[in-house]
Amino acid sequence: MTKRAEKIVLPIISILLGFLLGAAIVAATGRSVPAMFAAMIKAISGFDILNGQPFNPRYIGEFVVQAMPIILTGLSFAFASRTGLFSIGAEGQIMVGSMAATAAALYINAPAWIHVPLVLLCAALAGALWGAIPGFLKAYFNVPEVTVTIMLNYVGLYLNNFMVLNVFGSTDRVKTAFFPQSALLESPFLESITRNSRLNWGFIPVILSLLLFWFIINKTTFGYSLRAVGYNKEAARYAGMKVNRNIVLSLMIAGAFSGLAGAIITTGTFNFGRVVTAAEGYGFDGIAVALVGGNEAIGILLSGMLFGMLKAAQPLMQVQGIPREIAGIIQAAIVLFVAMQYGIKMIIDKIGKRKTTAPATEGERV
Amino acid sequence: MTFKVLLEMFPIALMFATPIIITALGGLFSERSGIVNIALEGIMMIGSFAAATVTVLLEDSTPLAPWIGLVVAALAGMVFSLLHAFASINLKANQTISGTALNILSSGLTIYLCQIIFHQQRTKVFQSGIQRVTVPFLCDIPIIGKLFFTSIYPTFYLAILLVFVTWFVVYKTRFGLRMRACGENPQAAASMGINVTRMRYTGVLTSGLLAGLAGGIMVLTTDIQFTQTSIHGTGFIAIASLVFGKWNPFGVLGAGIFFGFSTALSFYAKDISFLSAAPIEFFYMLPYIMTIVALVIFAGKSVGPKAAGEIYDSGKR
Repeated sequence: MTKRAEKIVLPIISILLGFLLGAAIVAATGRSVPAMFAAMIKAISGFDILNGQPFNPRYIGEFVVQAMPIILTGLSFAFASRTGLFSIGAEGQIMVGSMAATAAALYINAPAWIHVPLVLLCAALAGALWGAIPGFLKAYFNVPEVTVTIMLNYVGLYLNNFMVLNVFGSTDRVKTAFFPQSALLESPFLESITRNSRLNWGFIPVILSLLLFWFIINKTTFGYSLRAVGYNKEAARYAGMKVNRNIVLSLMIAGAFSGLAGAIITTGTFNFGRVVTAAEGYGFDGIAVALVGGNEAIGILLSGMLFGMLKAAQPLMQVQGIPREIAGIIQAAIVLFVAMQYGIKMIIDKIGKRKTTAPATEGERV
Repeated sequence: MTFKVLLEMFPIALMFATPIIITALGGLFSERSGIVNIALEGIMMIGSFAAATVTVLLEDSTPLAPWIGLVVAALAGMVFSLLHAFASINLKANQTISGTALNILSSGLTIYLCQIIFHQQRTKVFQSGIQRVTVPFLCDIPIIGKLFFTSIYPTFYLAILLVFVTWFVVYKTRFGLRMRACGENPQAAASMGINVTRMRYTGVLTSGLLAGLAGGIMVLTTDIQFTQTSIHGTGFIAIASLVFGKWNPFGVLGAGIFFGFSTALSFYAKDISFLSAAPIEFFYMLPYIMTIVALVIFAGKSVGPKAAGEIYDSGKR
């Protein structure tokens, strides 16, 4: 296979294997496999093929709502990944982003066209600052970013909870007061065309982020030097690139994407700041999105929609008696298969060789 | 007053330290053989689910249920870690990605099985986990008897025993020397006739065994049932203890006790006069912040196994 074909074929094989494994587990535990797939189709298209109920656009709205934050956390992981960094910090960056969005929503008084962008900006900045910590420690103290980002996830979670309970104020110890209308991403128009789903304007910053990611990585000198650091740190240093600065900036930009996701959840899906007792998994979803999407903007959009569909299908599967966690199992299986690409490639090459005795193609490796 | 609280806190700190120490020892085996195992968190979840489930299902028929649970937990952890070994050794997967996949998989799989077995997103509550013991005679020693031998979970002694066993195996046996060689320079090890693949499998499976056991111990000593948040990052703290303890069993013991104390502080802070003013969230954060501080202090100096995390290429020199 050529390299380009590999980038498309291997994730698709991984996805199919993941679904196959999920179906096998559902079957092995005595649940209905057709019901599982029907729930997924319902989540993505609004059509109920098993019961023949009429088309309901609400499901499409909900599915987009689920895809939005994990596309952003996918961009976050991918951005760091292109610089050769493994950032598991999206979870914590979402929490501080959410915290900053809550502060901006509650304390700033402005018309919507200023208020909403300010809320998003504050959240992105907070995420960037949270990402700067592992970046700085990695660049100047050589502390592994994997461990630091994981630890900061927990710190961010408790920091958000502390702020909600002790600074923003909460009467029921679960959430803050409701945000003013001017801070919200919600849209009566979008709700009306999707039969009262939670669909909101959050998809606009998501699309802008996708474009920005593509532009920075593929079209700017800065993006090129980031990728150069990712390929070979020492060579990049030798070529005069500021490796340490790039590491810090890369993790900051990655953090900004996740912080933005926090704002979209807080002022789009909800309209109040929340006490969160345990990580909600958006960060780990993002890792899956980025890996399957091949760390490219277009791939992340597609795989974000795939995993968004899985998340949206969860309650539908639970209703059918299939434990909702099957979605997580399928997702993990897909990531595992993507990680095993090398082995899958070997198998494909072996089969290919048996069929044709053609001379080695350019993509073939020993 | 404060002294009395500290005395009371001691067994609790050791209770939290026990799973951290045992899991970190598992990580030590894996990393010494050259495979980074970030899946320790997920393996602990599997172990903790297995132990809680077995205890719930067997406790009416035998008083040994929790101990059987621990054995099953260790075995379940080992089987689960097989996935990581296969992906990262045979299929040359990126070890961090494979570990992350296992972490996601474990939280999905355990709760899925809870729904199948118990029809809820957690196991049933078990009547009794592992019981505390007071060691006769030794508990009469002044101070030390109170701290280490009075109403302590026996699993803490198991952790201490495992520290010595690990030290002996890793530093005093031919097997240990060979395993360390695979973590430092697998090509050189292979050239001396050592089977790198088998050594690394042994390392990863041992880490699965220990992390599964530790997960079981954690749920049966600190919890009343298995839930999605039963482990809440302890596996990651264990990884940090490994770095903090410089990949050495006794260092790991010290680091584990340190993190045990910082966890226990969050429960006792309100009783300690000069700490009671600080918000509770601060103490929840503390172990994680301490981990970062510890990493900054030690990461530059302490060098782990050289080849850990690198994909083994037998042709490379």
